[in-house]
Amino acid sequence: MMNKKTKKGLLVGSLLASTAASAEYKLNLTKGVSDYSAQVYDMHMLVLWICVVICLGVFGAMFYSIIAHRKSKGVEPAKFSHSTTIEIIWTAIPVLILIAIALPATKGMIQMDSPKDDKGEPVTMDMTVKITGYQWKWRYDYLEDGFGFLSTLAADSNIARQKGSGVDVSTVDNYLLEVDKPLVIPANTNIRFLLTSDDVIHSWWVPDFGWKRDAIPGYINEAWTNVKEPGTYRGQCAELCGKDHGYMPIVVEVLSKSDYANWLAEQTGDTVTNQPASVDTPQATDAVVNMIEQSSASETAEAMVQSAAQELVADDDAEQAETEEVDGENAADEAQQADGEWSMERLMARGEEVYNTQCLACHKIDGSGMPPAFPALANSAVVTGDIAKQIDTVVNGVPGTGMMPFGNMLPAEDIAATITYTRNSFGNDAGDRVQPADVEAAKQ
Amino acid sequence: MSHEITHDGLTHDHKPKGFVNRWLLTTNHKDIGTMYLVFALAMFILGGAMAMVIRAELFQPGLQFVEPFFFNQMTTMHALFMIFGAVMPAFVGLANWMVPMMIGAPDMALPRLNNFSFWLLPFAFVVLASTFFMGGGAPAGGWTMYPPLVLQGGQNVAFLVFAVHLMGISSILGAINIIATIVNMRAPNVGYLNMPMFVWTWLITAFLLILVMPVLAGAVTMLLTDRYFGTSFFNAAGGGDPVMFQHIFWFFGHPEVYIMILPSFGIVSEIIPTFARKRLFGYVSMVYATAAIAFLSFIVWAHHMFSVGMPLGGQLYFMYATMLIAVPTGVKIFNWLATMWRGAMTFETPMLFSIAFVALFSIGGFSGVMMALAPVDLQYHDTYFIVAHFHYVLVPGSVFAIIAAAYYWLPKWTGHMYDERLGKIHFWWSAISVNVLFFPQHFLGLAGMPRRIPDYSTQFAEFNMWSSIGGFAFGLAQVFFVYIVIKTVRGGVKATDQVWDDAKGLEWTVPSPAPHHTFEEYKPVDLSKMAHGDTH
Amino acid sequence: MTEISENQYYVPHKAKWPIVACVGLFITVIGASIKFNNLDLEPTTPWLMYLGFAILIVMFFGWFGEVIKESEDNLYNKQVDASFRAGMIWFIFSEVMFFASFFGALFYARTFAVPWLGGEGTNLATNVQLWSGYESVWPTNGPGDLNGRFETISAFSLPLVNTLLLLTSSITITIAHHALRAGDRKKTIIWMIATVLLGATFLFYQVEEYIEAYQHLNLTLKSGIYGATFFMLTGFHGIHVTLGTIMLAVITVRLIKGHFKADDHFGFEAVAWYWHFVDVVWLGLFIFVYVL
Ligand code: HEA
Ligand code: HEA
Ligand code: HEC
Ligand code: CUA
Ligand SMILES: [Cu+2]
Repeated sequence: MMNKKTKKGLLVGSLLASTAASAEYKLNLTKGVSDYSAQVYDMHMLVLWICVVICLGVFGAMFYSIIAHRKSKGVEPAKFSHSTTIEIIWTAIPVLILIAIALPATKGMIQMDSPKDDKGEPVTMDMTVKITGYQWKWRYDYLEDGFGFLSTLAADSNIARQKGSGVDVSTVDNYLLEVDKPLVIPANTNIRFLLTSDDVIHSWWVPDFGWKRDAIPGYINEAWTNVKEPGTYRGQCAELCGKDHGYMPIVVEVLSKSDYANWLAEQTGDTVTNQPASVDTPQATDAVVNMIEQSSASETAEAMVQSAAQELVADDDAEQAETEEVDGENAADEAQQADGEWSMERLMARGEEVYNTQCLACHKIDGSGMPPAFPALANSAVVTGDIAKQIDTVVNGVPGTGMMPFGNMLPAEDIAATITYTRNSFGNDAGDRVQPADVEAAKQ
Repeated sequence: MSHEITHDGLTHDHKPKGFVNRWLLTTNHKDIGTMYLVFALAMFILGGAMAMVIRAELFQPGLQFVEPFFFNQMTTMHALFMIFGAVMPAFVGLANWMVPMMIGAPDMALPRLNNFSFWLLPFAFVVLASTFFMGGGAPAGGWTMYPPLVLQGGQNVAFLVFAVHLMGISSILGAINIIATIVNMRAPNVGYLNMPMFVWTWLITAFLLILVMPVLAGAVTMLLTDRYFGTSFFNAAGGGDPVMFQHIFWFFGHPEVYIMILPSFGIVSEIIPTFARKRLFGYVSMVYATAAIAFLSFIVWAHHMFSVGMPLGGQLYFMYATMLIAVPTGVKIFNWLATMWRGAMTFETPMLFSIAFVALFSIGGFSGVMMALAPVDLQYHDTYFIVAHFHYVLVPGSVFAIIAAAYYWLPKWTGHMYDERLGKIHFWWSAISVNVLFFPQHFLGLAGMPRRIPDYSTQFAEFNMWSSIGGFAFGLAQVFFVYIVIKTVRGGVKATDQVWDDAKGLEWTVPSPAPHHTFEEYKPVDLSKMAHGDTH
Repeated sequence: MTEISENQYYVPHKAKWPIVACVGLFITVIGASIKFNNLDLEPTTPWLMYLGFAILIVMFFGWFGEVIKESEDNLYNKQVDASFRAGMIWFIFSEVMFFASFFGALFYARTFAVPWLGGEGTNLATNVQLWSGYESVWPTNGPGDLNGRFETISAFSLPLVNTLLLLTSSITITIAHHALRAGDRKKTIIWMIATVLLGATFLFYQVEEYIEAYQHLNLTLKSGIYGATFFMLTGFHGIHVTLGTIMLAVITVRLIKGHFKADDHFGFEAVAWYWHFVDVVWLGLFIFVYVL
């Protein structure tokens, strides 16, 4: 047994040593970047040390006994077989230890559930972000400001992670932990998260915030944070959600309050995003009425009324904005956009981009799919056949399968571009183009 | 049809002739026990092979061998095979062999049913494994089968559900049989407090099985109707709740993990006194502790669900209740230490595995207590920290105990001593590699690696490599174990009836190998031969 | 044939029925799986499943026939009898737990899920954001209004009648039991026939109720959580009543054949216990599904 202990010690030692070599390595839980996460870290260390000490006690007694009380030493076995006193002692002491651990844990739990500030006043939330999980991406809606966007695994990671991609993943920056569009939030602000999902259960987890919360379809879970340090924090979906569960990272960029204000202006100002802000807009009016009826003086309720009201406004905005451009990087594009016609090149370029973030998870980068569950798009009857059928498939999805209705997730331009791309790639040569307007029409 | 009863002495065997008669139609507890054990070993190899696929894929970041979807099938089926195919049947096999022999009974109480319980299992696993060959593949939603994900499984949902039903029936009937045997078949002078610890732990385990397996059956039945008949138990639009499944599942699932550990406690409580040459310390408190663990196991289930957003009161309650389990479990650990204390120990292979069990199970238990703290669990949950926890309690826990039991009783079963030198090699090889395999996973989890992912960011590469190396080494060690067992079955030094120095227990009073029928007359046994209790 | 002495326990030498049972179950579940997976295709006969059922039925007669024969041959002593009793008790207990999972689902839905969807507790956001306008009520088909409006079966119509039927049948079987113990065979048989008839009537009304629900009330399995819990609970109970009734009928036939002694009739008692269990489950159902 000694032998084994030493071996294990050596092993851990060597792991620690190799760790020191690479600065990125972490052996332990992160302290995180909020008061709460620090509290969790302290609790973790407390119970860890308690366990280590008890463990050493147990192992010590055991190994002493193994060394001292072995037959080869010629000892005679003792005859005792019980002792009420000692049994009471070793029942009572663990109880006391556990109580000692339970106290801080209770405090921590209450802090997560109904946060109080230093003076014991309930913390008020400054802003609300609604997080929706999809297979396999996240959507962030800024409820007060009425806009939102999808956040998907970054393209370089996405290409590198394909089996047989030939890319050395260690050359990819933040492999699997990078997204195309991170969640942006201000520092030193109390932020409420409303988590839900549109398909299966996901779980939103940024270790630096000190918690994870499940995103459950049909229900909304709440959580909150207040990040002290501006910076970029990464996490991953933490609940098995299907085949690409490993590929839905979370990146949160925390900006100083002023930087955030600038960023926000960019989002809501001249370049309003044209993605609908809420999945269930029609009943929003009822929602407000309902809310007001229900809301007592409850602090949560009040905030909700606000956000619901703002959401209404946002919906209007979104509708107006729907024909506008998303990202006005390219002046030439914008010119083309004006008369609503997109060139083939532009469609193909954009299409490839969107395809490689949204579609390749199932249909693969070369359109070969993974039959029978996920059909190949190369040479598919739908993709080489009637355009209308394909638009319908992509916009409305195929109920009961993984093919989801992209109509309410992607802007019409992206859908048009992607369809065009699929019809003219992977050996398909339909040669035709789909225009955003066609997609708009199909959405009605 | 022959209804004859064997009146002969213990040595005269009445083994039926021919494969069909001997195995397929058997009602003999020893033959059924053997079949259970062989089946469990086969499933362990298969489940282990899937684990090897998992570890191979995780050896390096990036996808090398399998597609993510297949990886998830591997994870799911690995767990189902190991839990329902390997560990549980192995325990039932041990109970079949040993319980009647330990209490002086001629056979199990309901021999026909016993045959049924066993043969259901191969059929159940054929149903389950058949999903590998259908469109949409095998179940890939994790062994926890959470909806809505599991319902996306295509055709495999029905097969999965029915396979679980069959396994459930098998376990329930097996448990009923064990209860009936222990309650009703003890030799006339064997009281409850004369029973060996293994029998006690199995009695309590059997109650757990009867209480929770039907609940699992109900849960998966609801999955079935949600998938095929349009019910909305787990669909919010219809007023259901996906989280409801988790509550029902874990009401089964948590007792289930104790179903996989209590018989191990029993085994270790048999072995340590034998090799310490001292009576088990605190027999009665061991019985109470086992019962307390079993009771507590019913009221802690939601510690698997701290992240689903339960009301505060619920979180706190489940946290406190879970922490309490450490107390009776601690009592057991301390009792084993006290049993060793001032004994005269020797370290044959079963003892080595038992000692490793006590040490490594404790490590797994401590990480369990850490996870019981709800706020911290919101960090640990669904990371490799959890994977490390449950493998520590399951592999160097349950599996080591089963291996220890095999070495301990093989001479009685086969009449041959296993090769002690090979046994020791197997032990050191396993004990070291299992730590290389699972210890680094603690670090991975704390550093933020989620579980159930086929690929990971490069910062986790090094520990994963270690873990995989340990995994392959541990896997090979178990191939070696299979070799040792086969060698022992085929020949070796003749075992004496007593086998171990002064081991207590009625099983050592019958010849080695144990004849086909033992204790055929219902008559008092020599209590001084029994291991425990306050009778001597 | 050897007589069994009191200190020996009868262990059959061979058992062929368990393996038949396994094959039967195997074919049944494979057949059912194939059928379920083709539900939305054109209607096909699940003949494989029926084949499995047929094997199971044969198996039941074979297995129990063998046990009955052994029992009649006096191979069983008191200890074997006690094993059977223990087996039956714990089997019934496992059935109780099976129903408990569905009752659990019902209670969970009523006390947690549905109110949460309606915005109770910390779930205001759930209601406002996702299901605005939904008010938590029971019965409900959920905020998605699945399968459209439906009506429920009133507790004090057919269900009340069914309750009385089952309660009465519990009394009749007890009378039969007392008669059996008193050695009055004729009386036993008459009261057993009454019990079987009551069970069958219950089933008849249950089927009526289902027809009513599906055809007139638009209450189906698809009617949200209410429909789901309603049909699962009453449906599985119905299956158990069916089995129970068949078992009662078999026992009655055996009584007519002259099986069972005044002091030794475990088969009878096992069925009686089972019947009481089915009865108690119904009371739970009546209160929690229909009345409340
Ligand atoms: C054999 C199986 C087994 C056993 C015995 C245990 C034992 C315990 N488990 Fe474990 N557990 C699993 C198998 C098991 N577990 C599995 C399979 C999962 C994951 C399922 C999945 O999600 O797939 C899991 C997950 C799991 C979770 C959920 C984590 C998560 O998903 O977020 C939690 C949380 O509380 C937990 C806690 C515990 C505790 C407190 C014990 C206690 O019983 C441990 C008690 C033992 C000790 C504490 C050591 C000895 C005691 C002393 C020496 C006394 C002194 C000690 C103190 C005072 C601390 N377990
Ligand atoms: C009793 C239960 C049990 C047992 C014994 C094991 C044994 C092992 N488990 Fe398993 N495991 C679970 C229960 C168990 N596991 C559960 C419940 C899960 C969670 C599933 C989920 O998330 O849903 C899990 C998940 C799980 C994961 C996480 C997967 C993921 O999250 O994606 C991993 C990863 O390393 C793993 C590895 C192993 C290894 C290496 C072994 C080894 O101990 C296996 C050793 C045995 C053998 C290897 C067999 C013998 C040898 C051969 C077959 C010959 C071939 C050998 C070579 C090629 C070397 N298991
Ligand atoms: C979650 C996985 C998934 C994603 C992501 C996905 N699809 Fe699909 N897709 C499917 C599945 C599954 C089907 C098959 C549906 C069926 O059974 O008819 C399908 C079918 C299709 C078809 C019809 C093909 C045929 O031959 O029947 C087209 C076209 C298509 N998808 C295009 C796309 C486009 C474009 C995107 C990205 C914007 C996309 N898909 C993203 C899963 C996905
Ligand atoms: Cu989303 Cu895992
Ligand atoms: Cu648990």
